[in-house]
Amino acid sequence: EKLPGVRKSGYVLPDALTSLEDVTHYNNFYEFGTDKESPSRTAGSLKTRPWTVAVEGDVQKPKVFDIDELLKVAPLEERIYRLRCVEGWSMVVPWVGFPLAELIKRVEPTGNAKFVEFITLHDPIQMPGQRSSVLDWPYREALRLDEAMHPLTLLVFGLYGEVLPNQNGAPVRVVVPWKYGFKSAKSIVRIRFVEQQPVSTWTQAVPSEYGFYANVNPEVDHPRWSQAKERRLGEFFKRPTLMFNGYAEQVAHLYAGMDLKTFF
Amino acid sequence: MPAWTSRRSSSGTKRPRPGANALRAAKAAVFLAALIPLAKLSTGAVLGTLGANPIEKIIRTTGYWTLSFLLITLAVTPLRILLRQPWLVRLRRMLGLFAFFYGTLHFTGYLVLDQFFDWPAILKDIAKRPFITVGFPSFVLLIPLAVTSTDAMMRRLGGKRWQRLHRLVYVSAAGGVIHYLWLVKKDISDPLRFATLLTVLLGFRAIVLLRRRVRAVSAA
Repeated sequence: EKLPGVRKSGYVLPDALTSLEDVTHYNNFYEFGTDKESPSRTAGSLKTRPWTVAVEGDVQKPKVFDIDELLKVAPLEERIYRLRCVEGWSMVVPWVGFPLAELIKRVEPTGNAKFVEFITLHDPIQMPGQRSSVLDWPYREALRLDEAMHPLTLLVFGLYGEVLPNQNGAPVRVVVPWKYGFKSAKSIVRIRFVEQQPVSTWTQAVPSEYGFYANVNPEVDHPRWSQAKERRLGEFFKRPTLMFNGYAEQVAHLYAGMDLKTFF
Repeated sequence: MPAWTSRRSSSGTKRPRPGANALRAAKAAVFLAALIPLAKLSTGAVLGTLGANPIEKIIRTTGYWTLSFLLITLAVTPLRILLRQPWLVRLRRMLGLFAFFYGTLHFTGYLVLDQFFDWPAILKDIAKRPFITVGFPSFVLLIPLAVTSTDAMMRRLGGKRWQRLHRLVYVSAAGGVIHYLWLVKKDISDPLRFATLLTVLLGFRAIVLLRRRVRAVSAA
């Protein structure tokens, strides 16, 4: 199903796109199984209409958005981003969405709002993977407010010009291209503005391996493997991983003065 | 020689034994069956149906079958005792060699497909990535076992020494299971299945050993 009124953007890459087939059949989405082929097979059980997203917490104008209303908060644009997984593989995806900042401006965060937390649907009937306690459901992720407001941070409704396939986080997800993929929460039902730094699901599961920031960084190894290189899907030779996944120019200032080994 | 490896242990009972032809047929069947995972993988590689990350698929699949064949090999002794089918031991060498075969494919897959001979990266992996630190020696340990698997080598080493050497397979299997356990991010159900099976298989041997000790003590 095509998304209407999608305009092209200046966010393009010299890199070749990863095929639609690969983007939609190689998914880390534990709500639908822990291997990468499962989500494409089992995510059919997810019902993406009706769907609401509650935007709440330290904001002047909290609001429960119907998904079709949320889609119209700002014009949809196509942006081609690199996606780097913490496991050492990467792809290039033409996402469709608008900057999360557009939504944030609407709800007017108060001075207390320092972090934005994203919460995924919790429904073991629709999400069979949640019947196993492999992670602490629902899936939670969070960004610092300035990271969430950054123009690169995208609220995503589609890919390849089409409505987001269920296995890619339908009907709405966030995409933060300079961080490892797990930071980009899928199938979001709640967005909370809070003062204290939230503990995200993977950090809670294995604090030594998955930090709050999770910025792509070839110089800071994952405790169990190197992050210096990555395999771009479809390529034989590994390529060197770029600082902040190649978005250093745009985002490095967010972390000025921080020791990225400590705040990994 | 422990009772469960001695061919004489069956001499007292009159169990039907497969003839030479039946044994040959059984060996051929096991040999062909053991090649099925490789055949499926090769077909997938040729047809391009190994998914978005075929290299990962090849390495994972060959690793899975290395561990599986190690456990199947370790199951031969318990099975032949429990089922009273001493001839099963005649399949053991082939099964063990298939574990080595898939282990070689797994290791070569890592070396060539994953790293493409990037020696500094490989050495760093062995030193710094715990699951590779334990996986690498687990594979290397299988090499002397494969080399000494022939009848001639068995005779040259002598039964006792040969057997002592081949107990290394316990270490290799345990290392392989830990390698798998440390590889996965969070869902440890698959590695735990292997760990449970290995515990049962090694536990069986411990019990047999213990009972023999007890019997030896009470006889004395």
